[in-house]
Amino acid sequence: MTAAILWGMTTEREAGTEREGAVPGQRVTREQVRHVAALASLELTEAEEGRLEKDLNAILGHIAELNELDTTAVRPMAQVNELLSEARGTRAGAAGDGLRADVPVPSLERRAVMEQAPATDGVFFKVPKVIER
Amino acid sequence: MPAESLKAFQAVNMLSIDHVRGAIAGGTASARDIAGACLDQVALRDGAIHAFLAVHRERALGQAERIDAMARAGEPLPALAGVPVAIKDVLTIAGQQATAGSKVLEGYHAPYTATAVRRMEEAGAVVLGKLNCDEFAMGSSNENSAYGPTRNPHALDRVPGGSSGGSAAAVAAGMAVATLGSDTGGSVRQPASFCGVVGVLPTYGGVSRYGLIAFASSLDRVGPLTNTVRDAATVLEVIAGHDPLDATSSTGPVPAYGESLRAASGESGVNGLRIGVPKEYFGEGLDAEVRERVEGAIETLRAAGAEIKAVSLPHTRYAVPAYYVLATAEASSNLARFDGVRYGYRAKDAGTLGAMYRETRDAGFGAEVKRRIMLGTYALSAGYYDAYYRKAQQVRRLLAEDFLHVFRQGSEGVDAIVTPTAPTAAFKLGEKVDDPLAMYLADIYTVTASLAGICGLSVPCGSTREGLPVGLQVLAGHFAEGTMFRVGEVVERGQG
Repeated sequence: MTAAILWGMTTEREAGTEREGAVPGQRVTREQVRHVAALASLELTEAEEGRLEKDLNAILGHIAELNELDTTAVRPMAQVNELLSEARGTRAGAAGDGLRADVPVPSLERRAVMEQAPATDGVFFKVPKVIER
Repeated sequence: MPAESLKAFQAVNMLSIDHVRGAIAGGTASARDIAGACLDQVALRDGAIHAFLAVHRERALGQAERIDAMARAGEPLPALAGVPVAIKDVLTIAGQQATAGSKVLEGYHAPYTATAVRRMEEAGAVVLGKLNCDEFAMGSSNENSAYGPTRNPHALDRVPGGSSGGSAAAVAAGMAVATLGSDTGGSVRQPASFCGVVGVLPTYGGVSRYGLIAFASSLDRVGPLTNTVRDAATVLEVIAGHDPLDATSSTGPVPAYGESLRAASGESGVNGLRIGVPKEYFGEGLDAEVRERVEGAIETLRAAGAEIKAVSLPHTRYAVPAYYVLATAEASSNLARFDGVRYGYRAKDAGTLGAMYRETRDAGFGAEVKRRIMLGTYALSAGYYDAYYRKAQQVRRLLAEDFLHVFRQGSEGVDAIVTPTAPTAAFKLGEKVDDPLAMYLADIYTVTASLAGICGLSVPCGSTREGLPVGLQVLAGHFAEGTMFRVGEVVERGQG
C-alpha cells in the first residue's frame, strides 16, 4: 500500500492494466476511468465516474481522427524551440537559448514561501502520516 | 459618481494609452482621476459583468499618485504612465491573492510578482486588480471559473469567451485601458473576438511566463488585450524581452512595435504585402455573418494595397484533436503540484497523506479541470503513450510545417494569414456547458497558431445584426509581430 500512497508511483504493472499498442478509438471502460483517476490522485464520485466515462469516450472518438494521418516518417515535436532557432537567423533570439550561467543567486525568502503552507513548522511542510504502523 | 471622476471617465473611457499619457502630461486629468474613473466604472458595471475577482483600490490609487508626482516634477513619463490596467488571475502579484479561478488556490497570496506584471508596473501602469477566468485557464466561455462566470458587456446573457474572459470584458466595458491574459489554445484571441477588443498572442518565447500559473508549458503565452492595435503593440513592447527567470524566453531584441506603427500612421501599412486566406478556415461550421464580416475585412486589406492570395493549410482539421491530447497531457503533469502540501487549499482531517492528496484535489478542482487531468493522464499512461501523445506530437510538426511552408515560399508565399478568430460570435451562457466536445471545437481556428508557436492577434471587424462583435485573426511567422500589427491596424482603420 505504501507504493500506492505516493501518488503517481502506482505502476501500470501493479494495477494490472498495462496494454501494448493501444489503438485510439477503443472504448474507455468504467474500470479504466477508476484506474486513471487513481494515477491522477483524483477521488471521483460514482456520478463523476459515469460522466467522465461518457465524456472521455466522446473526446477520444474525435481524437481518433488523428489516425487518418500516416505519421511514420514524422519526428515528434514536443516544443517549438527548434523552429524558433531557425527563425533566429533572420529575426531574433530563440526560446530556450537564454539559460543563465550556472551560478547560485538568491531565491525567494523561505519565510514568505512557508507562510503560504497549509501546515508548517516554519522550516518544513507538515503532512499527515505517510507510513502507518 | 463625483463630478470630477465622471469628467475624467468621459475623457478616458474606451480611449487609448496615448490619450491617457497625453491627458496626464498636459495636465487635463491626473493619473488619480483616471484610475478613479475606471474604479467608478468597475463599481457601476462589474456587479453585472463580474470581470474582477479582486479590486486593489488603495494600491492602485497609490501607484497613480506616484505618477502624478512624477508629472508635477516634470520627469519624463514612462510608456504606460498612469494607464489603468488589470491582470488575469493566473499571473501573480506579490502579496495579492492568485486563484487561477480555482478553489484549490483560494487564499493563496503569491510571494512574488510575474515578470510581465512587474514590467508593466515599472512602465508606470496602475494595476486595478485581478480578473476572472476559466479555472486554470481551461475553457472557452469563462463558465469554468470557480467564482462564477463573467458576462459579455455587449450582451449580458452571452459569454465573454475564455479563458481570458475577464480580461476581454474589462477592456470592453471601459473598466481598464489594457489587461493581460494568457493564451494556450486561443484564450486571449477568442475572448477578444467575442468582446470586440484587440488581443495578442506573441510568438512563443516572446514574453516571460515567470509568475504565470502553468497550464500547458509548451503552449502557454502571456498577451495583452486593449482597445486598439497600437495599444496592444505598446504593451507588448513593454512586457516582451528576455527574462533570466524564464529559460524559454527569447534573448532576441524587442522591436519598437508601438513606435513603428506611430511612424506608419496615415500610410497604408499593407501596401504590397501578400496576405494569405486559408480555405480550411472558411468551411463547414463557420457562421454566415462571421464569414461576411471577415470577407469585408479582407476587402479592406485588398483596397489598401495588399495582395490577397488563397493558401492551404491542409492539416488544420487535426489541430483540435492534437491540441487536446498535448495540452491535457501537459496539464496533468503541471497540476500534479496542487496537492494541499505547499500552498492553497488542503482537505481537513484526512487520515493519511494519500487521502489528503485525493480529498484536496477532489474538493479543489472543478469538473472541467478533472476532465482534462483525466484525459491527459490517460493519454500518457502505459500502452497509450504512442497512440496518443506521440501521435499528437507528430501531427503538431505537420501543423507547424503547414504554416512555415506558406510563410517561407519566397515570392510564392505570404507575409501574413487572415482568418476568422472563432467560428461564431459570442454564444449564450449554458449553451455548450454540457457538451465538452462542442466547447473544444470553438477553438478550431486558434489552436493552430498555438501549436506552431507563431504570433497572432484578433482585431474587431464589425458586428452581427444582433450587435455582437466579430473578430478577424491575423497570423504571422515566428517573431513577425511587426507585420501582424500592420495588418491589424489597417483592418481597424477600415472600421472607422
